[in-house]
Amino acid sequence: MSMHYFANPTHFTRLAGRIQQWAGGLAAGLLIAGLYLALVVAPADYQQGETVRIMFVHVPSAWMALFCYSFLAVASAVALIWKHPLADMAAKASAPIGAGFTFLALVTGSLWGKPMWGTWWVWDARLTSVLILFFLYLGYMALWQAIEDSQKAAKAAAVLALVGAVNVPIIKFSVDWWNTLHQPASVLRMDGPAIHPSMLWPLLVMALAFKAYFVTLLLARMRMELNLRRIRALRLADRTS
Amino acid sequence: MKPLISIIARDLRLAVRQGGATLLALVFFVLTVTLFPLGVGPEPAILARIAPGVLWVAALLAAMLSLDRLFQSDFEDGSLEQLVLSGLPVGGVVLAKIIAHWMTTGFPLLLAAPFLAVLLNMNGEGFTALMLTMLIGTPALSLIGAIGAALTLTVRRGGVLLSLLVLPLYIPVLIFGVSAIDAAVHGLNAKPHLLLLAALTVACLPLCPWAAAAAVKLSLD
Repeated sequence: MSMHYFANPTHFTRLAGRIQQWAGGLAAGLLIAGLYLALVVAPADYQQGETVRIMFVHVPSAWMALFCYSFLAVASAVALIWKHPLADMAAKASAPIGAGFTFLALVTGSLWGKPMWGTWWVWDARLTSVLILFFLYLGYMALWQAIEDSQKAAKAAAVLALVGAVNVPIIKFSVDWWNTLHQPASVLRMDGPAIHPSMLWPLLVMALAFKAYFVTLLLARMRMELNLRRIRALRLADRTS
Repeated sequence: MKPLISIIARDLRLAVRQGGATLLALVFFVLTVTLFPLGVGPEPAILARIAPGVLWVAALLAAMLSLDRLFQSDFEDGSLEQLVLSGLPVGGVVLAKIIAHWMTTGFPLLLAAPFLAVLLNMNGEGFTALMLTMLIGTPALSLIGAIGAALTLTVRRGGVLLSLLVLPLYIPVLIFGVSAIDAAVHGLNAKPHLLLLAALTVACLPLCPWAAAAAVKLSLD
């Protein structure tokens, strides 16, 4: 049962189908529990009021935005180094999911910022670097789309993903640096004391729900990609016979 | 070493014989900077405040627009393939082409920048820093851009895609470049910013040709 056992699409599809069902059920269950805890059980913040509940979606999305890019970079490295056929597919499948989470993080952050900071957007270091991360996802997806030959596209996209992964910390650092130079404490930061358990639990449950949702979507997209390739191969075989 | 110098010489000769095409990046740079006073108004104080940022953003865009010349024509007429098959290290070939690209785009931008800074009424304290950041930073633009140019070689009309790939990666260069000039203008020490910018360029020097070479190779098979 090596890594290459699952390079066989049939083995992979069978296992992925099974895991996908479980992960999907888990995601649904955790999401319902997490939303109940976050929207009903968790207390309103004494300073932020009910708006604090946006955080239960915002924070897990932001975590997932970074997690998906790390996953994308690792899958790309595996694809380039070991040429494992599923790694390409995993990288390709994870990009739109990551972009979705990044977008969700930006939108919920903006919705939270309006009542709390009085503005939809500030050029805060974190916001800016998440926005740039979103552009990196878009570039990655656009490169996949632009190159017709899927094997070439896979390699080019993998190189780009690794270059991006090297750059993410540099961009993050430079944006932090830029921010401290240009905007000394323009935004009231309310980190407050350490997070209270009544808010920590819903947050963790939501984070797990998002992760399970990611696994579900990832496997669904990978199976879809496999089926698309199979259809293409069948069409080609049909045309040549 | 000798073949690499001859590649640089060849690219420079090609650029000189093309004449006007080489200077287009420079013209673009001058034009973009000219648009800013028209856009934000002619008040000298405002222009002086935004001058470092405007110059750097315009330089960034000019460098990016000239990237398609880096490999594209050699790719189309087959000479890039010959260079890769010649047995020379591909990273070296790519580095030579990047150096030639910098000499034909980054260097003219560097020469034009102080004149444009005068037009934008930039504070006199900032000129040394401006020249230094341009000298240290523009090679990084060519180096990072080479990766994008190599990745989009096989893409038809890859210009917009190239900007999407390259501009996010240019952000650290922009930030350190502008903050060095800003520091100098405000009478602060520009050295830490310059050192960070130099560190960025030095880190790009071995890594970018390597990644670009990988991209060139896969677009040739």
